[in-house]
Amino acid sequence: MDDWEGRDAAATRGEDPWRDVLASEWGGPDAVTAPGGTAAPAGREPPEAAAMGVPVPRPPGTAADGERRPSAAEVYLEVQRSPAFQEVRGRYRRFVGPATLAFLTWYLGYVVAATAAPGLMSRPVLGAVNVAMVAGLGQFATTFALAWAYARHARVHRDRAALDLRWETQQMTREARVDR
Amino acid sequence: MTGDHQTLALLLFSAFVAVTLAITTRAGRRRRGSAEESSTGGRLFSPMENGFALSGDYLSAASFLGVSGLIALNGYDGMLYSVGFLVAWLVVLLLVAELVRNCGRFTLADVVAARMGERRVRTAVGASSVTVSVLYLVAQMVGAGSLVSLLLGGTGDAARSWTVLGVGALMVVHVALGGMRATTWIQIVKAVLLLAGALALTVLVLLRFHGDFSALLTTAAERSGHGRDFLAPGLGHGGDWTARADFISLGLALVLGTAGLPHLLARFSTVPTAGSARRSVVWSIGLIGGFYLMTIVLGFGAAAIVGSDAVRASDPAGNTAVPLLALDLGGGAGSTGGTVLLAVVAAVAFATILAVVAGITLASSTSVAHDLYTSYTRGRDGGAGRRRYGEVAVARISTVVVGGTAVGLALLARDLNVAFLVGLAFAVAASANLPVLLYSLFWRRFTTRGAVWSVYGGLVPAVLLVALSPVVSGSPDALFPGADFHVFPLRNPGVVSIPLGFLAGWLGTVTSPEPPDEAKHAETEVRALTGAGAV
Repeated sequence: MDDWEGRDAAATRGEDPWRDVLASEWGGPDAVTAPGGTAAPAGREPPEAAAMGVPVPRPPGTAADGERRPSAAEVYLEVQRSPAFQEVRGRYRRFVGPATLAFLTWYLGYVVAATAAPGLMSRPVLGAVNVAMVAGLGQFATTFALAWAYARHARVHRDRAALDLRWETQQMTREARVDR
Repeated sequence: MTGDHQTLALLLFSAFVAVTLAITTRAGRRRRGSAEESSTGGRLFSPMENGFALSGDYLSAASFLGVSGLIALNGYDGMLYSVGFLVAWLVVLLLVAELVRNCGRFTLADVVAARMGERRVRTAVGASSVTVSVLYLVAQMVGAGSLVSLLLGGTGDAARSWTVLGVGALMVVHVALGGMRATTWIQIVKAVLLLAGALALTVLVLLRFHGDFSALLTTAAERSGHGRDFLAPGLGHGGDWTARADFISLGLALVLGTAGLPHLLARFSTVPTAGSARRSVVWSIGLIGGFYLMTIVLGFGAAAIVGSDAVRASDPAGNTAVPLLALDLGGGAGSTGGTVLLAVVAAVAFATILAVVAGITLASSTSVAHDLYTSYTRGRDGGAGRRRYGEVAVARISTVVVGGTAVGLALLARDLNVAFLVGLAFAVAASANLPVLLYSLFWRRFTTRGAVWSVYGGLVPAVLLVALSPVVSGSPDALFPGADFHVFPLRNPGVVSIPLGFLAGWLGTVTSPEPPDEAKHAETEVRALTGAGAV
């Protein structure tokens, strides 16, 4: 029912955090104002207008007319249980879990090998370069590669979904009962 | 060094200090005086700027002087520092940066307290943050001391002590006046200077060997007096099992400590979103990785060109290897080229020290003001009515106290290698700060008791083991060489205290009488991964 452009435009009109998100997340140069400067709100429509085009998943029993509004805590629980959030979390965990395990193992293996097997590590490979040197430089290479892969994964598979969720969650907490 | 050359070196150095102070005052004039502004710099730095600032905060004198020095003395074993310092950033990138940006306000304690919402959690995390910062500060000031005694040509202990005092005083003023924004700019300027300086020296070293890395290594091995052993592990940490366990302990502390450093975590509050936090870390991984690759060349270069014995003669801990290398590359002692290059390197290293000291002092004073002071003065209702002083004022006072403590310890610790001292700070950070941070972000059942236990369960053993180690007593280069009360054999406590921190957190949680707060966990998780409600 809703298209990306409409959503973007809606979000851009707000007066607060999303503006920066959009400016810096999606292509283009980072729209960072000079230190001390404040970014002027782009639009003048009231926030309600911005909210109109966005589908907000409402918890059961929460009609738009406000029969029963959930508290902020309930909103977070609701979002946490939503499939959209579980998907984002799953994508994050499925990448970060194995990757962390892999690089920690590789690094600790390297450290332990350096202490426990100096004979192996000092075997020459090419000229004065030995296994230890190759392994050490290999740590640099894998670090660069993993950093790049993670950033790419997050950008491609997670950022947009997370941003949508952020939008929706904030909308829901804004409407939520103030009881804290 | 002759008098003329000393004057030149001092002039260059003074020029840098003047420039940094000018930046501070400029940035300070736009300051609005709020706690938010003072600790986050307005949150509007770009990822590239913050990437440079992170590198500036991270690449301390320990890296530039200490790591290269250790490589010059111990060959391959010094490289472990380079590798560990870099790989640690993967922990920051994958597990910490974005989530902390989304959940935190100013400090590490904010992230944890957002879930626990209790005063004693804040106090515990605040206390451990300050401890880590003070240890880290000591390392930086020791580096400043050994640098100046080289620059002034062996005028001895008095010059060192005055330098340490001077650096401390300068940075206290700097942080108190400039806050986060000025500090960030200082880090950026410094990172650029440091990378440029290291790059210039690296190019000069490689030119000397006609770009042949293998020839560089061979010469280094020959001139080190150790032969091929110089290029293989075991020289610094080989031998008995204690030395080997120490090496592993250090490796563990290096890789896990970075993500618990309060002054780095505070950096994530200076960018607007989680995405920019992530990209600033990617920037800094690139910059830091490039830098540590250069330290390897510089370290082996110092061994090959200056010679390990000459390095050791100048400073037994090796902290002066790079300045000596610069002197040699420029044409040797007494030549103008050598002096200019030495002066430039010394000024850059000094800039490094000043900037890092500023960053850490800022982070720790924010911790004192924001975590310790407010949690003690805030009433049960969360009101601010009973506070006599504002957060910013308290931060300024604590800047003086933290700076003073670090200066005092630095005067005691001046004969230790700075990279090694940093290793200690990392061990404490990894033991006390990392477990509580990871548990808060990822563990559903984590409770308040678990949080408090995990902080103290890591902090107390780490500090205690250092106090009972050969670093403090019972060895010739200890803080108190006259006394001997060392019980713990390892110089780095990481391998024992890091698991203890995690264990204590788990134990505190499972024995906790209160049920875990599902709603708070949901809030933390949703906010961490989506950025909802982030300031």
